This record gives sequence, C-alpha cells and structure tokens, in this order.
Amino acid sequence: MPQRTVAVASRVGLHARPAMLFTQAVAETGLPVTIARPGGEPVDAGSILFVMSLGVPSGEEVTLTAEGEGADAALDGLVDLLATDLDAEEAS
Amino acid sequence: MSAASTAAIGHVLQGVGVGRRAVVGPVAQVRPAPHVAADAPLLVDGVPADVATAHAHVEQAFADVAARLREQSGRSTGTVKDVLAATAQMADDRALRTQVLARIDAGEPVVSAIDGIVEMFATMFENAGGYLAERVTDLRSVRDRVVAAAMGLPAPGVPSLERPSVIVAKDLAPADTAALDLTNVLAIVTELGGPTGHTAIIAGQFGLPCIVRVAGATALADGADVAVDAADGTVTVDPSEDQRAELERRATVERTLESDTAPGATADGRAIALLANIGTAEDAARVAGGGVEGVGLFRTEVLFLESTTAPTQEDQTAVYTRVLRSFGDRKVVVRTLDAGADKPLAFATQPDEENPALGVRGYRLVRTHPELLDTQLEALAHAQAATGTTPWVMAPMIATAAEAREFARRARAAGVATVGVMIEVPAAALRAQEILAEVDFVSLGTNDLAQYTMATDRLRGELADLLDPWQPAVLDLVDATARAGQQARKPVGVCGESASDPVLALVLVGLGVTSLSMSAGAVPAVRYALRHHTTAECATMAAAALAAPSAAEGRAAVVGLLHADVRETLGA
Repeated sequence: MPQRTVAVASRVGLHARPAMLFTQAVAETGLPVTIARPGGEPVDAGSILFVMSLGVPSGEEVTLTAEGEGADAALDGLVDLLATDLDAEEAS
Repeated sequence: MSAASTAAIGHVLQGVGVGRRAVVGPVAQVRPAPHVAADAPLLVDGVPADVATAHAHVEQAFADVAARLREQSGRSTGTVKDVLAATAQMADDRALRTQVLARIDAGEPVVSAIDGIVEMFATMFENAGGYLAERVTDLRSVRDRVVAAAMGLPAPGVPSLERPSVIVAKDLAPADTAALDLTNVLAIVTELGGPTGHTAIIAGQFGLPCIVRVAGATALADGADVAVDAADGTVTVDPSEDQRAELERRATVERTLESDTAPGATADGRAIALLANIGTAEDAARVAGGGVEGVGLFRTEVLFLESTTAPTQEDQTAVYTRVLRSFGDRKVVVRTLDAGADKPLAFATQPDEENPALGVRGYRLVRTHPELLDTQLEALAHAQAATGTTPWVMAPMIATAAEAREFARRARAAGVATVGVMIEVPAAALRAQEILAEVDFVSLGTNDLAQYTMATDRLRGELADLLDPWQPAVLDLVDATARAGQQARKPVGVCGESASDPVLALVLVGLGVTSLSMSAGAVPAVRYALRHHTTAECATMAAAALAAPSAAEGRAAVVGLLHADVRETLGA
C-alpha cells in the first residue's frame, strides 16, 4: 500500500484551518486515506474530527497511506500540502 | 399556559436594564437545545420509522444542518464566518456520519446513536485539552442541530434574522453572541445573566438596548411586537400607540445628543475627558470615528482569550499598533492582561482554584507567568515606537503599593512612560495615597470594586441590587481614591460601567474623578448631563449620594437635584 511520511509545517500544527484544508483535500481525492502519528493508530484522514483529535503539533512527522487507483499521485499532493505552512497563507 | 398569559396585549415584564435606549420590534427567540429522550422513537407520519427510513432521515439531517451552517457562514464575516465554517465541516464529517449511521443500521434509536458517537469525539477532544476542548461546544451544537432536524423539531440556537428583531433567550453564550447578525439586532432580552455579564457588555459596545433577568421572557411569542425600554428595565408586549410615540420621541432626543461631539466639560468649563472602553482593534476603528476623546480602557485579554497559546510579541505589537494608529494623538490607556476568574486562559489559568475571583488573576499572574506581562509590555513599547504615540499602561487587580511599584518598574524598564494601576480591590482604594506615590495615575474599575466591597459575585444576577454602584460603601471608596488623587495632583479615572450612567457620572465628577471611560454608545448622554451642571452642583450631588442610607435612596436624591430639563430629556 502506498505510504508517505511528512513533517507538518503549519505553525499551529494540524489544527483549525490547516486541518480543514487537509481533510478537504483528502475528500477531493475520493480515495480512502489514513493518517497516523508515530507509533499511533491510523485514522480516517478525511474526517476533520479524527484529524483534529490527533492533535499533531507543528514539526511532527505523520504517516499517510492510501489505496486505489492514483493513490501515489494523491499522496504526493497531500504531502505537498502538509509541507506548506497553511497558516502563513491565511495571513497573506 | 404561561405562554398565552404572558403574551397578553400590553403585558409588562420587568428586568434589569442595561443602558438607556428603547426600541420597538418583533421577538426572535433563541431556541434551547432539544430535550429528547435517548430512546425516543423517530416518528414518520405518526408511526415509528423502520431502520432504512431512520437511516435516510438522519443522513438528510446531517446534510441539511451542514448546508444551513455553510450558508450562514457565507453571509458572515471575520471570526463568525470561520466559526460557522468550522462547525459546518463538523456536521459534514464523514467519520461522524458513517459511525452514527452504522449504529442506526444496527437498530439503535436515533438520538442514542447520535449522542453516543458525539460523546466519543467530545471525550477525545476533552482529553486532548486546550484548543480542542474549546471546540467541544461546537461539536455539541452540531449534535443539537442534527437531533432537532432528525426529530422534526425547531432548529436550536440563534435564528437567522430576516428583519430587525429583538433577540430573546434564556441566556446567551459567547458563541451565541458571535453568531448574531448584529445589523439585524434591535435589542437583547435574557431571562438569566447580570447587568455586568458578557451579553450586557457586548450590547453596550454596540449601543443596543439590553434587559437581563426578565422572568418569562422565553414565553414571549416569536414575531410578537415588544417595546424594550432599558431605562426602566421593562418589556411591553404589543405596546400602545402612545408608548410607541414616546419611544420615538426619546430616539429623537438620543440622535440630538449624539450630534454634540465637543470635548466633555461641566457647565463651568472643567474638562472631564470622555473616553471609550474597547476590546479589539476592530472596536478601536469603529469607535475612533465617533465623538470620544480617546480610550480609557483597552481590554487586551480579548487577544489572549481566543488563543490556546500566549500570543507572540509580534502578534501583540501588530494589534496594539493598529489600536494606537486609530486614535492618533488621542489618549489610549492599555490595560495589561486581566485573565482569571470569569475569563480563564487555556495556557495560564490554574484550573483547580476554588475561589477564582479571589485567586491568581489580573496582575497576580506575574507570580506564575511573569513572561506574559514582560512580553506584553515589550509589545506595547514596540507599538509606541512604530506609531510615535505615547500610550498609557495600567495593571488590573493591584492590592498593595508594593505591587504598584513593581508593575511601574517593569513598565518603565520596557519603555512605557505613563504608568498607572486599576483601583478595584478595596485595599487599594483605602491605600490610594501610597499607591499614587508609585504611579502616574489610577483608574477605578467600579464593577470589580463593587464585587469585592459588597462580597457579591458579579456573575450572580440575582444579587444585582448588592452590586449596584450606587451602594454608599462603594462610593465611599471612590471618594477615598479621588481625594488621594487630588492630594497627589494625579488623574483618577473611572472605567467601570458606572461611568455610563449619566446621573452617576455627575456624582463621580463631584467626588473628584477626572475622566470617565464607558461603552462608546453611552458617551452622548453623559456629555449632555455634564454640560448642564456645574462642578459645585456635582459636588452637592456627590454629598447627597454619600449621605444616603441606600443605593436606591442615593440615586433618588441625586435625580431630585438634576436640572428639570435634563431629568426630562434623560427620562431619569
């Protein structure tokens, strides 16, 4: 199963607006995507409630997995998103 | 049938008014969360629904709630827009929806299924703490809306206002107030709450008539016309033509008073600066255009209350710079962080305090988190340099001269030249002379001063009579502070809500107070009252208020001393 690991760049971590943008992007892929903290249980990455409740702080690495056609490309897009400071975009 | 009887024509409900304005408009009730038994059957056409029907119903309910929230968000701006968008996304959440539907498919009753899954997420959020714990309120509001939609009940929460309306609620949470479309709010009426509570303060900031502690208000019929008169604290159902005409006359007077924007002064020309209380840079921008001479209280805690971590020095500098820039050369008094008690902070408040109003709050946070104060003072100094202005700074909840000295040392070290403290603890009022020896000015916070003098919780609305700033004991402490200020030749301001009562404002000036800071909407009436009385008349009123045996008798005595035309204009 395709898998990627990426450090969360947003200053507030994966909360609030960054979490919202991320789960929206996951939903747009139309694929089942999971997200996990190091050593943690994977949860549905398309659920804002699950993603927020992970409480991922800024700079921590998370592991994404996806299944199905186009999973690799979808994961690359999501990795790019998480590697961006989504708060900085909000400020500009 | 209390609903029918209280809604009778001309029926008058009594409460505690905030401000002096009055208005007539239709009632818009804020619906409470639906109380539905967890195992209540979902009835479709009067018969309990089968599993497939329940599934479809609940799925539709989630979709409808999310769509409605998104639509409300689209019509809003700023923080409200973001809060509503985030709540909409929760209602749209696929994990929440899938898990609730799985339980329903397994035969669980609808409400029980929704509650079970929502509670699971709420527990996860609460365990995570901080920002997420605060989001539990949003999650539960999604629960309330979906349960109401699924069970065919009226949607809970603040209604979407189609026309200017009088908002009526049991009580309004800060989140409810944030969701209000203020352009369509004529007045706010609540059954609970107190005159210095959150709702009353927000209403004051926007110049809305507000009446709290109105028994029976939630039984008022939606859409019924009511007259809301904050001056005497009454709500009249279906007011007569005469009453409508009288309220219209008062509105005309109010507009006339607002047209006078000259600096505040007594009839004999003694200048009394009339200042505004603000909480945000947005307040500053809104208020700076009106007839105020500056800001007498900038409550910086608003900046802190909305965050899960302490705002950085850069973030604070940006906000302070915007506020100082809005007012240019006019005076701005910045109060350092006043958190704790009814304004807990996610990152600093000690959660286990038994008496938070008497605990580590206000300036006392310097004992546990000195970096908060120093960062704030540095940010203010940066904003001062960036704008070329000279803001004043003051600390809340000072009890001793030693605390005042230490605060002044820190503020001056940071580069802020004019340093003062709040007088809201009786000990500080009694020792105002020693405190004034350490600082450049003091400002009386009469809401907390009354709370501590009368040993009465500000949040207990039913004790509002004891909290009355007309209480002679409270005025004694104002008197002691003002005398100390006159001896030291240093300014003594008042920045509590008492300054917004034009009659009490005359008494404060008579006691020797040199500036008055209040909700911007209260300034015109205070300016008018001051302009029509001399300093000597104010002193006579002050003596009468101090000599009175009770708050009510003190006010009555002073009203009797007002010039007759002023009494009539103010409806005092």
